[in-house]
Amino acid sequence: MSIDQNTAAKVAKLARIKVEDDALPALADEFNTILGFIEQLNEVDVEGVEPMTSVTPQRLKRREDVVNDGNQQPKVLSNAPDAREGFFAVPKVME
Amino acid sequence: MLDLTYELPKPKVISGAKHDWELVIGLEVHAQVSSNAKLFSGASTQFGAEPNSNVAFVDSAMPGMLPVINEYCIEQAVRTGLGLKAQINLKSAFDRKNYFYPDLPQGYQISQLYHPIVGEGEVLVELGNGTARNVRIERIHMEQDAGKSIHDMDPNMSFVDLNRVGVCLMEIVSRPDIRGPEEAAAFVGKLRQIMRYLGTCDGNMQNGNMRADVNVSICRPGDYEKYQETQDFSHLGTRCEIKNMNSMRFIQQAIEVEARRQIAIVEAGGTVDQETRLYDVEKGETRSMRSKEEAHDYRYFPDPDLLPLEIEQEWVDQIAATLPELPDDKKARFISDFGLSDYDASVLTADVESAAYFEAVAEGRNGKLAANWVINELFGRLKADDKDISNCPVTPEQLGGIVALISAETISGKIAKDLFEIVYTEGGDPALIVEERGMKQVTDTGAIEAALDQIIADNPAQVEKAKVNPKLAGWFVGQVMKATGGKANPKAVNQLVAQKLGE
Repeated sequence: MSIDQNTAAKVAKLARIKVEDDALPALADEFNTILGFIEQLNEVDVEGVEPMTSVTPQRLKRREDVVNDGNQQPKVLSNAPDAREGFFAVPKVME
Repeated sequence: MLDLTYELPKPKVISGAKHDWELVIGLEVHAQVSSNAKLFSGASTQFGAEPNSNVAFVDSAMPGMLPVINEYCIEQAVRTGLGLKAQINLKSAFDRKNYFYPDLPQGYQISQLYHPIVGEGEVLVELGNGTARNVRIERIHMEQDAGKSIHDMDPNMSFVDLNRVGVCLMEIVSRPDIRGPEEAAAFVGKLRQIMRYLGTCDGNMQNGNMRADVNVSICRPGDYEKYQETQDFSHLGTRCEIKNMNSMRFIQQAIEVEARRQIAIVEAGGTVDQETRLYDVEKGETRSMRSKEEAHDYRYFPDPDLLPLEIEQEWVDQIAATLPELPDDKKARFISDFGLSDYDASVLTADVESAAYFEAVAEGRNGKLAANWVINELFGRLKADDKDISNCPVTPEQLGGIVALISAETISGKIAKDLFEIVYTEGGDPALIVEERGMKQVTDTGAIEAALDQIIADNPAQVEKAKVNPKLAGWFVGQVMKATGGKANPKAVNQLVAQKLGE
């Protein structure tokens, strides 16, 4: 698999990262290096091997169904560039 | 247990300009888990709170915050799976679905693409008149809800409320087994009923606690059967997905409108593009959500913040042991134990509260009579009063008392209605009211005979007419009922009238 400049531009757009046109060839090259490494990894036979998800055996930590957070509207909105009447105010987005 | 057998419903056929077309429908139903706190944070799920007040920093995606799963939500997903006779996966995992939208602060939704917690199941969808279809469930997975954008509060800005962000949804995905708009609505209705029985989702569609994405395609008659035989989708048309429907009525409208749109395209020689569409209720049309298309590349990957979810069979068995009697079983039991019709049993098992109410009324009494009174008198009266079973002023014991009085022929059916009205508006013990207000049925033929004799004596002309035209006997019955204040036993009156007029 090879990543061309168009694909690199698309990936950047999907990730909402601005990349200037003249930076795209280098970015595409980097992607190709990464994918090349992954292809190399794919050569390893892992038939029947469970993916390792943590180094020491652990169980997913769980919480009880108790409300013990929230009620902090001012804090939640404190970093918003614009907030009105308790809402985040953002440029109009309409379907 | 009575086994109910059904015929398959006929698929909906729409006539195009050239051909007949059939519909193929699959649904993705998003059901909000009835939890107190969110799936991965301790913020409340309460509907209607001040904007951005039910938000933990996990929900607003502040850097460094980590999700911790709500065990109750896992339990409800398992419970729902068991209720849909589905396979429970002891090992499941969470993935990130990446897209950008102002109401999604994380920039991804935590979902379960590759390893859902619940696998294949099925739902029996009844359509009345003895028809029903088994709709296959493909999977149920848990995921986070997004926030809410409000577009009409300001001409230039959208307002965002994150209260719903991170609330636990179960996405229930059906196979394309649904063959018409009514079936689609019935499927959603059945899921809602089952989840309300289970207590896993309150099913409130108005509040958005249950929403559906509807996949619609069209095919020529015969093609669908080929698909079912081979499970090969190439026999079916290209599907479009109508997003975010939260009313049964709109689901039906949207399916019909979308099918007709596809038929027009195909018959004109065009091809249907696979895309996401929105149903515009006002215009009665579906339109493309072009903005969603580019973003459709969700770049899923396993969420590195969350270990795989492993549950134990023992826990699943414990949950299974606490499942209530489900609607299909309850309905079958009502039919076999109480001798109810299929229709009456369906009405009474529509929700747990009605079913429990009916059972309390019918306990040790005439089940059919109890069903008639609950459905026709009680439900009718509640509806007229804009009430439902949860704020019903008549207790099952009171209604049961009325039913018992009718069965014992202590009161007539007509008086029973008066008695019901008294109990409904004033309360009180029916038996006592009957006693105190002299509502007992007069079965003493002597008293009835006396009243009838008087009427016959007063109306000789009517008697002559009735002898020629037996239908006029009803007039005498009515007069006797009137004279006895409706308390005469109608059967006894009928007999006496027939006897006297025949003399």
